[in-house]
Amino acid sequence: MTVELLRTPLYEVHQREGGKIVEFAGWEMPVEYAGIKQEHLAVRQNIGLFDLSHMGEIEIVGRGAVDFVDGLVTNNAKRIVPGQCMYTCMCRENGGIIDDLIIYRFPDLENGDEYIWLVVNASNCAKDFAWIKEHEGAQAKVTDLSAKTALLAVQGPKAQEFLQPLTDSDLEVLSYYHLTRGTVAGIPAVISRTGYTGEDGFELYVDWNEAEKLWEALRHAEGGIEPIGLGARDTLRLEAGYSLYGHEITEETSPVNSTLNWVVSLNSADFIGKAALKAQKDEGIKEAIVGLVMQSRAIPRQGYEIEDAEGNVVGHITSGTFSPSLSRGVALARVAKSHSSVGTELKVVVRGRREPALVQKPPFVRGSVRSSR
Amino acid sequence: MIPNDLKYTNDHEWVRVNGDVAEIGITDFAQEQLGDIVFVEVPALGTVLEAGERLGVVESVKTVSDVFAPVSGEVIEINPLLVEDNDEFSPEIVNSDAFGKGWMVRVRMSNAAELDKLLSAADYKIVTEEA
Repeated sequence: MTVELLRTPLYEVHQREGGKIVEFAGWEMPVEYAGIKQEHLAVRQNIGLFDLSHMGEIEIVGRGAVDFVDGLVTNNAKRIVPGQCMYTCMCRENGGIIDDLIIYRFPDLENGDEYIWLVVNASNCAKDFAWIKEHEGAQAKVTDLSAKTALLAVQGPKAQEFLQPLTDSDLEVLSYYHLTRGTVAGIPAVISRTGYTGEDGFELYVDWNEAEKLWEALRHAEGGIEPIGLGARDTLRLEAGYSLYGHEITEETSPVNSTLNWVVSLNSADFIGKAALKAQKDEGIKEAIVGLVMQSRAIPRQGYEIEDAEGNVVGHITSGTFSPSLSRGVALARVAKSHSSVGTELKVVVRGRREPALVQKPPFVRGSVRSSR
Repeated sequence: MIPNDLKYTNDHEWVRVNGDVAEIGITDFAQEQLGDIVFVEVPALGTVLEAGERLGVVESVKTVSDVFAPVSGEVIEINPLLVEDNDEFSPEIVNSDAFGKGWMVRVRMSNAAELDKLLSAADYKIVTEEA
């Protein structure tokens, strides 16, 4: 069987830019251009441009759109106001995570309908859409906008300084996890102060057919901006300590046992999975997601086993890499609750060798992001 | 760039022969594929390798890749730049000079006839074009 790989509207641009193209979540995406280290440091110190058009955007519109979304996600969607975003998980009845996503609550439409986007992982978009559609009622209408919505991200401490001259929106008043509609380089865009790098930055949603025009305008804008591939996107999010679906969180894990309690609102209205998550919380969790910093040059990788001082297996690496900022190995890991406190000394098994690591609370690198959670 | 005076394997190792000593590294094509190299694991001095056996590991930011011994023999020298507890540890040398300063080990060959099974530069070029 041959699987037809998908391409973003910038596929040819990436080739022209010297991007190394790899398969990711069914898409042909650039993993790097100038090199992961250089791109990573450009975002930490200056600014970088990402094509994230593979990500999914699901539109929810109707009189009861907010209530509908609130019933699907673990966080309290009623807590955000029009113009605000919220990070959350969406779970099955058993608490297993279907996906993690960002809710975009737009101003209500002129006819009074509430209007929301759910921005979801590319790898889960079809599954998410089917799940949401399954629960669709009269209160809200669900549409997949992914195929016509491109997403470019501008990330780094200089993001605002770089982007402001290109837009009519006042970025200084656009707070962290808020959105606005405006134009960028004359192209109509949804602009949000969000990101996945630990740095300040913006995500720009434009029509699929305008993506190349926007990319070129940004690349040629005053100040200069380098293209960043998925390789550096992963090292940046890992230094920031952000979970990645398929690694820290899966259908087999819940937000409660993945150290994502802060997105679970058990006091709010009923949502799918609430009873299971409450039971898990009441029972007490047995494992946690922790940060690990290597104490040797060894690099932790996904799947490597973790042992305690006596050689008992107490967990495994869920995401690991060489940190370009720290020049050492860092990881997120799923470990027994008993071995999850900060400062615990653990061993990571790297090709049969026991390499020392310390439990540390992420982020490993504190970037310019405007506000923490 | 594929130097004519070296021998190659299908797995992207190269061998420079000097008498009965073989200097071994990974090719420029291999380092290009791997990206930024951040860790190299080399065998201990005195290790006796069989051709085809794992000689070491090269790690880039994203991936881990095994390096195999192109020929059999005893490891008599290790590139100090690739020894992890050396202050001069600089694995990025494999990116910048794969066929030169980025060599990994020198091996005293126990069976020079194995060299005949390795690829010429022209044959290796075809391997990289098909990869």
